[in-house]
Amino acid sequence: MADEGAWPWLTFAGLGLFHGLNPAMGWLFAVALGLHRGSRRAVLLALPPMAAGHALSIWLVAASVLAMGAVVDGAAVRLAAGVLLVLWAGYYWRYGHRHRVRVGMTAGMAGLAVWSFLMATGHGAGLMLLPALVPLCTGRVAEGRESLLIPLAAVGLHTAALLATTGLVALAVYEWVGLTVLRRGWINFDRLWTGALALTGLLMIITA
Amino acid sequence: MATWTPDPTFYPSPRMAMQAPVETLAYVASFDPTRRLPDAITVVDVAPGSPTFSQVVGTVAMPNTGDELHHFGWNACSACLCPNAPHPHSERRYLVVPGLRSSRIHILDVKDDPRQPKIVRVLEPKEVAERSNYTRPHTIHCGPEGIYVAALANAQGEAPGGVFLMDHETFDIRGQWEIDRGPQRLAYDVWWHLGHDTMVTSEWGLPASFENGLVPEILLGGQYGHKLHFWDLHTRKHQQEIDFGAENQLVFELRPAHDPTKAYGFVNSVISLKDLSASIWTWYREGDSWAVRKVIEIPAEPADPALLPDMLKGFGAVPPLVTDIDLSMDDRFLYVSCWGTGDLRQYDVSDPFAPKLTGTVRIGGIASRATHPKAQNGKLNGGPQMVEISRDGKRVYFTNSLYGVIDEQFYPEGIDGWMVKLDANAEGGIAFDPDFFIEWPKTHRPHQIRLEGGDCSSDSYCYP
Repeated sequence: MADEGAWPWLTFAGLGLFHGLNPAMGWLFAVALGLHRGSRRAVLLALPPMAAGHALSIWLVAASVLAMGAVVDGAAVRLAAGVLLVLWAGYYWRYGHRHRVRVGMTAGMAGLAVWSFLMATGHGAGLMLLPALVPLCTGRVAEGRESLLIPLAAVGLHTAALLATTGLVALAVYEWVGLTVLRRGWINFDRLWTGALALTGLLMIITA
Repeated sequence: MATWTPDPTFYPSPRMAMQAPVETLAYVASFDPTRRLPDAITVVDVAPGSPTFSQVVGTVAMPNTGDELHHFGWNACSACLCPNAPHPHSERRYLVVPGLRSSRIHILDVKDDPRQPKIVRVLEPKEVAERSNYTRPHTIHCGPEGIYVAALANAQGEAPGGVFLMDHETFDIRGQWEIDRGPQRLAYDVWWHLGHDTMVTSEWGLPASFENGLVPEILLGGQYGHKLHFWDLHTRKHQQEIDFGAENQLVFELRPAHDPTKAYGFVNSVISLKDLSASIWTWYREGDSWAVRKVIEIPAEPADPALLPDMLKGFGAVPPLVTDIDLSMDDRFLYVSCWGTGDLRQYDVSDPFAPKLTGTVRIGGIASRATHPKAQNGKLNGGPQMVEISRDGKRVYFTNSLYGVIDEQFYPEGIDGWMVKLDANAEGGIAFDPDFFIEWPKTHRPHQIRLEGGDCSSDSYCYP
């Protein structure tokens, strides 16, 4: 950690906040389930499985970087990651709205986790973390156990920030704000998101 | 194209949709029964106080003849706000207008000039059949996975009919919706309970049994549709079939409660072979499955055989022929069109198992030929048919044609088209707006109505 300073960790936490604010990442689903079942408990219970699904999606990306970092050097990983991000942004911009819907309002815990995993993966949530993951996950192979602990901690921090954000927003909307906020306040996260993916990818290619 | 904030016509819940501004335009499907002139989407001014109120202010002719425009719908609606499949930045901008007879699908853009929409894409019958493997597209609903189209027949014009999906932005056909259709063969209407992950479909018949008129032998043989089908909305598998019994023919319009937490809805059977009555049934969740109960039965009315068409002379009675129903946004009032007798009824269905009749108007009708305060020539033909309710529940619009060749079976001289409006009292009770009677152009007949910004049979909601 000393090599890179605090910025990768701030990035993990900050992107956790960004992901958590996106209605498509869970808080809105939690509010809807609360309203359907008429209980704040339902809002709160929906959050952990969705955070778990998100974490798994992120972890798959981190583990891939880790595996790649073990065989090729850091610059190649950065370049590959950058290209992947730009391609994903292009795909998302063009086809992001066309997805099979597999989970509905009667979802249980497992359904919510699967839904969140699919949403995070489809949106490229883990890919957005690549600039911070790459320096943490590459060039450390020799250090043994630590190489696994640091990315795990990174995913944990991101997920904790996400869970805190979705929890706060979900409760605020459920208890006080109400759903009218959706009509004006639901800004186009997909557009921001696509832009963020493309920008991150380009930066990684340039700095590779 | 995507926008920065959600389309202002999308509402999270039916409760909020009731606060929507008053509609200013109505779009009406209009067809030439002789199939010589192109069918059209007709635009009617419904803005109170407008100098052209209750007049036709726009007409969009289709590029071909003989389409038989019938039902149609929006590309996107309030279901885009659903948390599990959000598309909040799509626009309610396009009308998806199928030809029931031609199987051609037209896409109309209403954004630039809502009074004179532009046709921006036409999916030819061949493309529809090849991509979807279905023909005779009927109901259009915007939903969680795009545009759902209920079609009455397969590519060969035979069974099974079913549902296919269209992309709500590109309008490309994505293909058949069903993964496992189970015993389902016939199709007609489609809708759903978003809160219960359930799709419902109903039954009419195959093209050979209606494209040249209703076939008496098939009807009296109880061979038109008489079943409801329940599906898992997301696994796309058939779950349950409910048979109303062969005597309850033509199970048509599906009106699930708008409140997504409620697991019940209403459907009409047009005619009973036992006594020519019509009936409304409530479907509801019972334990782990769905059940139905008949909640309204409207009897046939005795009439002088001299006043009756050949098909009915022997019976000496007018069947009510309930051909359409519509449910107000607060799930409180059910409107029932009796196309045979000429009644348009309003029932209070606060208790969905014990409807109370709260209002009736009569116009047209096979024997009654009732008139309207603003009608010029007195005896009106046709009867209340496609009915649409404003989101706030205060205004009800309807037209009088059922289906080109079937119109003549019950109204042998043909139907002179009209569109009327009712004013509805918040606590029940309906009356004609004496200033709203649109005599339809003689060459065409009006069918389904869609209101600007959404109405009570266009949108579905994920939040209570």
